[in-house]
Amino acid sequence: MRFELTPRASVSPVMRALAPVAAFVTAFLIAGFVIWLMGRSPVAAFDVYVLQPLSDPWSLQELAVKATPLALIAIGLSYCFRANLWNIGAEGQYVIGAVLGSWLALRTHGTEAGAWVLPLMLILGVVGGALYGLIPAFLKTRFGVNEILTSLMLVYVAQLILDYLVRGPWRDPKGFNFPQSVTFDPSATLHPVLEGGRVHYGALFALVAVLLTAVILGRTLFGYRLKLTGDAPRAARFAGFSAKATTMAVFAISGGLAGLAGISEVSGQIGQLQPSISPGYGFTAITVAFLGRLNPIGILIAALVVALTFIGGESAQILLKLPLDLTQAFQGILLLCVLAADALVSYRIRFVTRGGGK
Amino acid sequence: MKPDVSSSGPPLVELQGISKRYGDLLANDGIDLAIEPGEIHALLGENGAGKSTLVKILYGVIEPSAGEIRWEGRPVSIGSPVEARNLGLGMVFQHFSLFDELTVAENIAVALSGEWSLSTVRSKLGDISRTYGLALDADRAVWTLSAGERQRIEIVRCLLQNPRLLILDEPTSVLTPQEAEHLFATLDRLSADGCSILYISHKLEEVRRLCRRATILRGGRVVATIDPRAKSAREIAALMVGNEVGEVRTDAPHRVQGEVLRVSRLSIPPAGLHGQALRDIDLVARAGEVVGIAGVAGNGQSELFAALSGERPAERADVVVIAGKPVGTVGIDARRRLGAAFVPEERLGHAAAPTHRLSENTLISHASAEVSRSGFILVNAARRLARSIIQGFDVRTPEGDPQARKLSGGNLQKFVIGREIIRRPKLIIVDQPTWGVDAGAARLIRQALVDLARAGSAVVVVSQDLDELFEVADRMAVIHQGQLSPLKPVSEWTREAIGLEMLGVAQGQGGVHAL
Ligand SMILES: Nc1ncnc2c1ncn2[C@@H]1O[C@H](COP(=O)(O)OP(=O)(O)OP(=O)(O)O)[C@@H](O)[C@H]1O
Ligand SMILES: [Mg+2]
Repeated sequence: MRFELTPRASVSPVMRALAPVAAFVTAFLIAGFVIWLMGRSPVAAFDVYVLQPLSDPWSLQELAVKATPLALIAIGLSYCFRANLWNIGAEGQYVIGAVLGSWLALRTHGTEAGAWVLPLMLILGVVGGALYGLIPAFLKTRFGVNEILTSLMLVYVAQLILDYLVRGPWRDPKGFNFPQSVTFDPSATLHPVLEGGRVHYGALFALVAVLLTAVILGRTLFGYRLKLTGDAPRAARFAGFSAKATTMAVFAISGGLAGLAGISEVSGQIGQLQPSISPGYGFTAITVAFLGRLNPIGILIAALVVALTFIGGESAQILLKLPLDLTQAFQGILLLCVLAADALVSYRIRFVTRGGGK
Repeated sequence: MKPDVSSSGPPLVELQGISKRYGDLLANDGIDLAIEPGEIHALLGENGAGKSTLVKILYGVIEPSAGEIRWEGRPVSIGSPVEARNLGLGMVFQHFSLFDELTVAENIAVALSGEWSLSTVRSKLGDISRTYGLALDADRAVWTLSAGERQRIEIVRCLLQNPRLLILDEPTSVLTPQEAEHLFATLDRLSADGCSILYISHKLEEVRRLCRRATILRGGRVVATIDPRAKSAREIAALMVGNEVGEVRTDAPHRVQGEVLRVSRLSIPPAGLHGQALRDIDLVARAGEVVGIAGVAGNGQSELFAALSGERPAERADVVVIAGKPVGTVGIDARRRLGAAFVPEERLGHAAAPTHRLSENTLISHASAEVSRSGFILVNAARRLARSIIQGFDVRTPEGDPQARKLSGGNLQKFVIGREIIRRPKLIIVDQPTWGVDAGAARLIRQALVDLARAGSAVVVVSQDLDELFEVADRMAVIHQGQLSPLKPVSEWTREAIGLEMLGVAQGQGGVHAL
């Protein structure tokens, strides 16, 4: 016996709307079952994971802080994924954006450089990420190298570059040999939106990116170009949209946004360069992009949801002694459930026995 | 003549009261149909009459809203193509369902969903190809094949399973006359072996040649069941559309003016291992005339189309000159801006994106024109444009602005042709303009092309259908193995001469041509 998917003749809008809800419920049930297997109370876990963070002002801020890089990166990735191009290396583009932007912060450290430093850092962050993203794009369009492999491998290159810099030339001489740079000057620091708060201006960048992307994807020829390239590549060629130009453009955009996320995080949250500047935002953002179904508003919501699992995961580790890996497992379960729900909306499953009619 | 269906047992398959509703549209409305063992039964009707819908229901692809299917007298519910295959049904779809990147044998193995191994498929493929004379190279990648060859894969794929009922949805629309003749022989043979065949076609002559019974649909209902041999093609067509189909009028006064397209010594190396190279092609199309290019599929037509449209630019600019500008090296967009328009052979996936709405599909060829401004899409203008194409070219749609895939094959063809003609291009190049289109719609499309030429555009029609070319073309040439014969007025061509050129027999002496 095996089962096969057959397309549904008509897809009901109600089902399409309810699918994510059903996916969430299912994911929570599965996660609850796993937690129960580990000998903890699923109810208590739900409380720690979801309810407590949502009812505590500090956690809510933290939510926005964590959602910011996720949303920025995932928005960028949605350009690639819509066009059926697979940029898996946002983590590396994030790192290189952070490195290039930080270069300026370190160069101007201790000087009287004025307010121009920060904007220029942000621009360098975008440029760094974009250029780094263009490497796999170039290799693909010029030599036909698979972009999944190259973009992924370049992540490790980027991480090693960062590691080298903070242990070597960029190490703070007065830092007791810790592998980290000096702390950025105030002129190189991205400020909080609210005085004394933790949420910095990067959150605004994310919101702007969401809105701009909604307009670009829905209303512009460029947005249509991506959709057509993804849905019907031959028709895209017939429309005169060069596949190479599309590839370069979407990798530059997604790399640029990842770079912006990187430099915003370093200058707004961390305040210096260190070997680890991301808990895997670049990879988690792939999940976020698909959880949000490549729709800008959906991505914003998904970024908040995934941020919640990060925060809940941390407190669950402290309060319930649940391993942090469970958080990643849950993110995976959630993504699978959402994808499965999506598939079940458009297809139905039927079991087929060999030879038999039914 | 009496309809001679004289069998004692129950029919092989019997449809009773089949209905299918799409929103407000009844695509099938209480259809009754019975097919006897060994019978070749035709299903006729104009574009959008509901033929594909009905056979998809029978094959378990879509679920009927009402009605019953009996197989050898026993009620069955066919919930999926796998169940249909297990019952003994085989189907060749109107639009191909093949994976371009896979080889012929892999495609077949995949479709049989693991029932057969690749090596079994490969050896059986050889047997079937030989028995029925359907030549296929098992290891060729599908993307290198012509439409006719792809069609052959689909047919062979069905035959491999020894079906008891074979459903063919417009199998000959992409076949050459010789290929079609081969197919008929195959079908006669199958029928003699007891396999029933349900045959959808817009070509009434072949229906009269093959079938003893035909069911005619109009607007989703059965309007008649006839013996096609007892009626003329004209009478049958009248039953299908409810009135008579006229002929294309080409006699409007016209003057042939300056050159719009000049192709000189165009040579293109083959794309990949099995592509067809183009060799030294010379071609001129002038404002006011229709130039026809005849030829058996796979002789370089798609390569020529790609080179003329700019989807595959040439190495030198001056090999293609459009409106006085050498454009050999520039892309399709720049050529469109010079006033050229193109309609490729395949409508789903190439000319149109299946899951996009018709209004979005207008963007594909109008991107630099009236439906966008400084990079922004003018959504309302795109909708209006789609609506005027729908009205101007009699496109029957199930809703106001449907996805392209929801249109019946012929209606989508009218849309993609209309989308280009409505721009009033100076030059239009059309590959297989009436593939899968009913007689009425074919006339509409041909007339539109002729009218466009008479209004001062240059029209190039690439077609396998000689009747069509003789009907519309002013001058004609034949493409064979990537070479184009001299372009001559239609009056100087005979069918025999063309036939010889198509087979590559005429050695370019010129002697045979005019005879
Ligand atoms: N998925 C769908 N959703 C809505 N309407 C549909 C869908 N599929 C088909 N239709 C509509 O049902 C009608 C019948 O279509 P069908 O494809 O059966 O026509 P057909 O007789 O095969 O025509 P053709 O000769 O052009 O292939 C058409 O009006 C078509 O637009
Ligand atoms: Mg059809």
